[in-house]
Amino acid sequence: MKKIERNNISYYEQRKNIGINEMSNQQIAVQMENITKTFGSVIANKNVDLEIRNGEILSLLGENGSGKTTLMNMLSGIYAPDEGRIFVNGEEVRIKSPRDAYELGIGMVHQHYKLIDVLTATENIILGLDGKLNIKEATAQIKEICDRYGFDVDPNQKVYDMSVSQKQTIEIVKMLYRKAQILILDEPTAVLTPQETDKLFDVLRNMRNDGKAIVIITHKMHEVESLSDRVAVLRSGELIGYLVTKETNATEMTNMMVGKSVSLNITRREPVDPKDRVIVSGINVVSEDGIQKLKDVSFTVRSGEILGIAGISGCGQKELLEAIAGLQPTQSGSIKFVNDDGSEEELLGMSPTQITEKGVKLSFVPEDRLGMGLVGNMDITDNIMLRSFRRGKAPIADRKFSRNLAGEIVDDLQVVTPNLQTPIRRLSGGNVQKVLVGREISTSPKVLMTAYAVRGLDINSSYAIYDQINLQKEKGCAVVYVGEDLDVLLELADRILVLCAGQVSGIVDGRTIDKNTLGMLMTKVGGEKSNE
Amino acid sequence: MIGAFIHSTVLQGIPLMYGCTGEIITQKSGNLNLGLPGVMYVGGISGVIGAFLYEQSLKGSDPNGFLIIVIPLLCSLLGSLVMGLIYSFLVVTLRANQNVTGLAMTTFGVGIGNFFGGSISKLAGAESTSINLTLTSNYFRAHLPFADGMGDFGEVIFSYGFLTYLAIIIAIGAYVVFNKTRVGLHLRAVGESPATADAAGISVTKYKYLATCIGCVIAGFGGLHYVMEYANGMWSNDAFGDRGWLAIALVIFAVWKPNIGILASIFFGGLYILKDWSNSSGVLSEFLKMVPYLVTFVVLIITSMRKKREYQPPESLGVNYFREDR
Repeated sequence: MKKIERNNISYYEQRKNIGINEMSNQQIAVQMENITKTFGSVIANKNVDLEIRNGEILSLLGENGSGKTTLMNMLSGIYAPDEGRIFVNGEEVRIKSPRDAYELGIGMVHQHYKLIDVLTATENIILGLDGKLNIKEATAQIKEICDRYGFDVDPNQKVYDMSVSQKQTIEIVKMLYRKAQILILDEPTAVLTPQETDKLFDVLRNMRNDGKAIVIITHKMHEVESLSDRVAVLRSGELIGYLVTKETNATEMTNMMVGKSVSLNITRREPVDPKDRVIVSGINVVSEDGIQKLKDVSFTVRSGEILGIAGISGCGQKELLEAIAGLQPTQSGSIKFVNDDGSEEELLGMSPTQITEKGVKLSFVPEDRLGMGLVGNMDITDNIMLRSFRRGKAPIADRKFSRNLAGEIVDDLQVVTPNLQTPIRRLSGGNVQKVLVGREISTSPKVLMTAYAVRGLDINSSYAIYDQINLQKEKGCAVVYVGEDLDVLLELADRILVLCAGQVSGIVDGRTIDKNTLGMLMTKVGGEKSNE
Repeated sequence: MIGAFIHSTVLQGIPLMYGCTGEIITQKSGNLNLGLPGVMYVGGISGVIGAFLYEQSLKGSDPNGFLIIVIPLLCSLLGSLVMGLIYSFLVVTLRANQNVTGLAMTTFGVGIGNFFGGSISKLAGAESTSINLTLTSNYFRAHLPFADGMGDFGEVIFSYGFLTYLAIIIAIGAYVVFNKTRVGLHLRAVGESPATADAAGISVTKYKYLATCIGCVIAGFGGLHYVMEYANGMWSNDAFGDRGWLAIALVIFAVWKPNIGILASIFFGGLYILKDWSNSSGVLSEFLKMVPYLVTFVVLIITSMRKKREYQPPESLGVNYFREDR
């Protein structure tokens, strides 16, 4: 372990100290200057200046798509910045690969762990390093690191036998074994239970006290409050500002995170004669890894109304919609569909086919368009047929119906396509989505559920989709709209249900609620009230 | 009698062992080389061409003991190496479909073998498409002199040419490399998850190329062993048969472990010659001919039923790797 300690006060640090005597004991580990990164026409980061200090835990706070991960990926060698400079320990550096990052003492733990299942913890940790293979010595060193920071790891355990939290520990130990001085964790608690989270935080505090610089990317307010020393807030790729955790509060941070409302001029008519259509009560979903994805979720969807669902991604939106669509097994609860005459059908436990056979007209526009929604290599007609292949006299499918419908959808929604025979993957994202939405609403559904329906779409396609959703609402369809853009939700939805960590954080009126309150509900169950 | 049976069993098993070890090394890198049968053909015929040309150049004088071994060996190595390079280039660099490429390589390799086999037979003035390289074969089959005086024991252990022992040494060597060295660890990582290996700074392309080419060279020696040691220097078109496919099946049987591959190959060698040693006729004889394939069938069913993670193929086997938008 001596080696690592020596490395802590590196040669660069010592040199730098000669020049900057007045620096406090909190030296700057990384300085990012004027960083800009674009992907095509999308700006991921714009003129960001960031300072990471030794002996400090910095939280990088921001909504989905605010550029937190991209910014950190530039430190870990995954992306190179288009503009700007990076200094590590006072020296300007170019980080071209993860290996360069290791050599500079920067280690990043990604959301998706990069581990090889059939290898042991030790083998995974030493993977890619040079020199003679000496498992025994490596194991001894790993044990030392674990003892020092309080990790609980069996170096000889195979990765496929490990829990998610153990895998994460291996990733962190891997960085420490490579003598990382600057440790970046991308949403480390997303997959952990509360107990595991506490354990992780203890370890991170140990590392901070050991003089390491730690960055955690997160959007969970209570974690920021309990763990970090400083907070850097990002919004739409720009650094909004720094806050010292002790001197701020959740409201201030949330306001910085969500920003001011922007008017979008989306039409929203008053719901006509809303009636209960789907009654969800007490839904619980536990994932295969034992993580509670939905906890006691209850709400009602009404006809002629749009129910928006807001929340940070991964808070149970996918599980919720899939549970209603009959794709997600649930542990308990009930989902009742109310017919026009008031009679009720229990949907829980039924497959999508059974739901259709019951005469329940349910349409689902899933998040994963070309995976769950459509088949990329098939043309528009065939994709339409996925919903209507049972028509016609078996065994011959009724292609004519689908072909006509495909033509109608292309005309009505102005899908830009060379012809109906073009494979769907060749169309742009907006046109793909139009085909999917067109197919789903063509059955004149009683319930329409959409998940991130405008993600990745340009502004015109987005409005075309909003129009279709509004049209369904006017026809008396009960619409569930899962969105990530709060401004859209505020103008489109009649009521907004906010999910936070799988729980209903609140159900609010879309016309009266303001963006900041919504932001608070998203980051903390119950919003501001639970702040005290 | 039993000594002679084991002797034949081992001789039958060695070409399979070369093929099996070579294919294991290739598959560990994530490349499913179905071109193996073709590679073994090319390895065989390349050696035959080298030996034939050398024997022709002698014009009746005594051969040089070193050259008569090294020339066929080098020719075989070069032939299989070219096959390995073609496969790697198509699959790793151009990212062609592995199955299609492999099957094409097999058709190609077998064709090359038969084409040159036929041409050389014509050159040698033989009646049929076969050629006899007894002189070279004698050197390849030379064994330790004291083996003959040791009865069954000598026959079972010491009575083979050097290629037989080389096969076992290579298989053990591969086992050691996989399990005891960093190169082995990195190779396994590349085959399991190229993305992870890439992120750890391992050159995926380099490992895939090297593993495929080295695997092909080793498999090619199997073809050479078959001609020079097993068939006493006799090349006949199509005589090598479907040993290449059996070798691929053996990889699964050996659960990607070269040490198990040694035993598995010899076991299959025994099944192969069961018919010749059983004195049977009629239906039984036909059935015994079928036994190796029947056992392959059963083995594949059993191995596919084993659920333990260590027995599974490398996770990225058959899937080409590219970094996508990185």
